[in-house]
Amino acid sequence: MSELLAIEAPPAVEAASWWQRHAAARRGLVVPGLVLLVWTIATHYGLVNKHLVAKPEKVIERAIKEISEGGLFVNLLASVQRDLIGFALGAVAGIAFGGLLGVSRLFDRLLGPTFHAAKQVAMFAWIPLMSVWLGTGEQAKIVFIAVAAFYPIVVNTQEGIESVAREHIEVARAFDYTRWQIVRKVVFPSALPSIFAGVHTGLIYAWLGTIGAEYLLSPGFGIGNLMIEGRESLQMDKVLLGVVVVGLVGAAINLLASRLEQYVLRWRVTAFEARQ
Amino acid sequence: MSEQAIIDIKQVSKRYKVSNEALLVLDSLNLSVKPGEFLSIVGASGCGKSTLLRLLTGLDADYDGEIKVRGERVVGTSLDRGIVFQEHRLFPWLTVKQNVGLGLQNSTWSQEKKQKAVDDHIALVGLNGFEGAFPHQLSGGMAQRAAIARGLVNQPSILLLDEPFGALDALTRSRLQQELQRIWQAEKITLILVTHDVDEAVFLGDRVVVLQPRPGRIRRIVDVDVPHPRDRADPVLKGLTEEVRGEIVNVSPN
Repeated sequence: MSELLAIEAPPAVEAASWWQRHAAARRGLVVPGLVLLVWTIATHYGLVNKHLVAKPEKVIERAIKEISEGGLFVNLLASVQRDLIGFALGAVAGIAFGGLLGVSRLFDRLLGPTFHAAKQVAMFAWIPLMSVWLGTGEQAKIVFIAVAAFYPIVVNTQEGIESVAREHIEVARAFDYTRWQIVRKVVFPSALPSIFAGVHTGLIYAWLGTIGAEYLLSPGFGIGNLMIEGRESLQMDKVLLGVVVVGLVGAAINLLASRLEQYVLRWRVTAFEARQ
Repeated sequence: MSEQAIIDIKQVSKRYKVSNEALLVLDSLNLSVKPGEFLSIVGASGCGKSTLLRLLTGLDADYDGEIKVRGERVVGTSLDRGIVFQEHRLFPWLTVKQNVGLGLQNSTWSQEKKQKAVDDHIALVGLNGFEGAFPHQLSGGMAQRAAIARGLVNQPSILLLDEPFGALDALTRSRLQQELQRIWQAEKITLILVTHDVDEAVFLGDRVVVLQPRPGRIRRIVDVDVPHPRDRADPVLKGLTEEVRGEIVNVSPN
């Protein structure tokens, strides 16, 4: 039956070797590899001021020193902890608020304009206000991180809810769904891809906000603080170590978020997959 | 045998507001639908046939006149009146089995009865083996079959179809018409099919209601007294098809 053939079977793949299967990962490592190469050459051949840029092996030495003396883990843990707490707060508030704006036209009219205006204020411009109101303690940092994650999540959640297909809602109505059932079973799953996109962006902003908060609301532990220490005593290896760690953690967060998104939204066919 | 109508449409009129003017889409329609019959409603674009169907489902409650099902006024939707739209409108985040099952969300049946209904109807439309597939993995014809299964899973006494095969290619359309005929005979329900395809309307319907457009009025009702299952090559069918086509083509909008 011709209709049966219309099912898209994945293209026939012979068991790919380990080397082949990790082609994508290999390609992703090309640029970092080049950066490492340029960095090594620049520092070893005196192309940059050695007081401003430490050699890669010095950064590794510093890493080993910090790990063995426990400093790195303490700072990393502090950073990750406040990142997660701040993000969680911002995400819950963001989905709730975005949901409200999306579902209720009244609330959108009342609160929307103020929200969108406040959104225009650059994240870091809130710091002076926050440091006066909340001080520079843990609380202030977590609030700042939460605010950083809040905005993209609200915007994406609202958009996701507003773009639910009218056709699907009609189907639910034809089957006597109550208003609450329609929200739970049609609107929410329909908006989930958008909400995930917002959460993904929120995670990135939260990590950015974490380092920023540590830097600008300084007293305390954290990778940002590690970098401040390094800067103040001109220990560039410490600073660069901080940079590398920030980058690695950011990449790890991004990867986890992508994988989670892929799994939850596996019913989608995206243009990305079609490209394979 | 009781010939009391299952659906009574009395003096039904519908107006749409287009650019501050009221556009009369349906004008004082009167129609009775017999229980268990296959009724085709055919007409050119703009004759109001889809609008009429929406009024019958209860999705639209804004009209003049009276629509009664088994003597009771239609107020809103009902699980007793199933609908199949032109697009399959399956939820992309649900599998075929879950999509068919969503019709049973508000059913009062037991879990076992619901399970059986879903399995039976997936088999009825010939989608065995695809219960776990997502809509994006199905062809247009298969997705529409799933939509038909969803429309029937509650075992409604009336099924309304709004140009269900309009978006499909000719071969699939032809095959699904046969399927629909078979399903109707198996389920013994009242079926109302809205289409712009005259061949389809005459091939399937016991009666063919011809609507003329602007405003929508019943021009003629043609009886198709040919026993099911029908043969497309039947000369009686061909003759009636030409007759109905003539009714549509010769109409100028009034």
